[in-house]
Formats: sequence, structure tokens, C-alpha cells
Amino acid sequence: MRELSLHILDIIQNSIEAGASEVSLVIREDPEEDVFRITITDNGRGMSPEMVETVKDPFVTTRTTRKVGLGIPLFYTASRQTGGDLEIQSTLGLGTEIRVHFRRSHIDRAPLGDIAATVTTVLGGHPDLGFVYRHRFRDRVFELNAAEIRAGLEDVSLSHPMVLGWIREYIQEGLAELYGGENE
Amino acid sequence: MKSLADLEALRKKAQESTRLRTGEKGTKVIVGMGTCGIAAGARDVLAAIMDEIEKRGLDDVMVTQTGCVGMCEQEPMVEVIQGENRVMYGLVDAEMARKIVAQHVVNNQIIGEWVIQKK
Repeated sequence: MRELSLHILDIIQNSIEAGASEVSLVIREDPEEDVFRITITDNGRGMSPEMVETVKDPFVTTRTTRKVGLGIPLFYTASRQTGGDLEIQSTLGLGTEIRVHFRRSHIDRAPLGDIAATVTTVLGGHPDLGFVYRHRFRDRVFELNAAEIRAGLEDVSLSHPMVLGWIREYIQEGLAELYGGENE
Repeated sequence: MKSLADLEALRKKAQESTRLRTGEKGTKVIVGMGTCGIAAGARDVLAAIMDEIEKRGLDDVMVTQTGCVGMCEQEPMVEVIQGENRVMYGLVDAEMARKIVAQHVVNNQIIGEWVIQKK
């Protein structure tokens, strides 16, 4: 996919599909260590050990409409292309954690892209989801917690277009400050 | 700079413009958001639809996401449902999505050349 934020959207959809009520997205960028790390954690139904071992295979899937499930394989391939890797930790009944890392400076490392659009797509479709997004760049952190936003909005849903618009700008501003003018 | 302190004002503004989502009389728009849809650009198609609805102040349109429906080569796909009528558009981009809102959702004009038939 053209942007890492699209892979992230895809994996979070998996979490929701697995029945997760809580999803956390952590991104850590370290130019000195030359690493770009993405961790997506959920409290969904989890995977069996056999599933964890084979899920990077595009022909292994829980889908019934098709015999292929490309989400994890594509993300895995994308990480390997930069000398990185994708690891899965999962326990049936507890949840799943997907940890992907890339060599940040590698020419084949796709840009993060429009992560604000990814977050608003998730929250727009699932306004009651427990969702935390934490992004670290060098020693600075940007964080968004859906629960805090819901608390401030009381009975107004996160899926309200005005709210999604606000969240989008909140993230864009937060990341601009996070990068402090440095190019991604 | 935006902060959580904005939320009180945002809440009031949003409450004043609350949209009624009437399932029966209103229009339902479904955007495919499986891996195939996402890879093909569905996220930006959805964003364009939401933006167009917001800009036009439409208050009887419900937009939802669906997974892969098995016609991956036609993604991004947008289905418009108005009462008994269901129309499936394929290979939609952001610009086409806005036109679908303007012509089909608002004016009930189906854009024939973009419609695909279900297998």
C-alpha cells in the first residue's frame, strides 16, 4: 500500500472484526536509531498458536468470502522490504498484538501518510471504540485518547462530522508540533 | 492550537446541528473498506463522501463501511440505497464520490456509466 497509515487502517479493522472493544496504536520514530516502529494491540478474540504461525501466508485467513487474507501478508512484506520485520503475539480469548518495524531511512519505506484520515475512518465507523493513539518522535510524544474526547463531548457521538473534522485537525496539528518542522 | 478545552464548544455546536438518521426515508451509503478497498483508495473516497455530506448539510444520509464483498477488482466500491433501490458503483475515486453525492444522493440521478452489476 502507498502509505503505512493504510496498512494501519487495515490491521485495526482486523482488530474490530475480532471483536475488540479496545485498540491501541503506538508509533515510534527514531531517526538516530533509524527505526520506524508500529504496534497495534487489541483485546479481541485472539489467534491460536497455529494461526499465529501461519497467518503471514496470504492463503491463510478467517474470511469466508474469499480464500485469501492479504492484510498481514502485505504489511509483513512491506516491513521485510526495508530490512524490518512483523511479529505477532496473540492469546485466544485475550487479544492480539502486531509489532512491525521498518528501517526508517530505507528508500522502500513507505511514508506514514494521512494517519489522521485513518483514525477518523476508524472512529467514524466505531465511535464507541476504546482507542488510544500514541506517537513518539525523538523525545516528544503526541497522544490521542478517544475516551477523553468522548468525556468532553458527553452525548455527542464521535461519528458526528463536526467531531471527526475536529479530530482530524487535532491530529494534524499535534503531529506538526511533534515533528517540529523536521521533514518526515 | 487545538486542545481538549475545545470540546465543550464543539459539543454545543454539534448538538445544534444534530443529524437525524432516518433509516427508512433517508439514504444509506455503504463504502467497501476491506483490504482490497483500502489498497484501492477507499479511505479517501469515504472521506470525500463525508466531506460532501457535511458541506451540503445533508441530514438524512447514513454512511457505513463494509468488508470485502468479493469483487476486489472493482474497488473502491460505493453502494447507494434509497428505499427499494440499490445501486453499486465501482472504481470510484474521491472526485466521483462527490459527484455521486451531488447527483445521486441529492438529486436521485443514477450515474449509469459508473454502475457495476453484482455477479
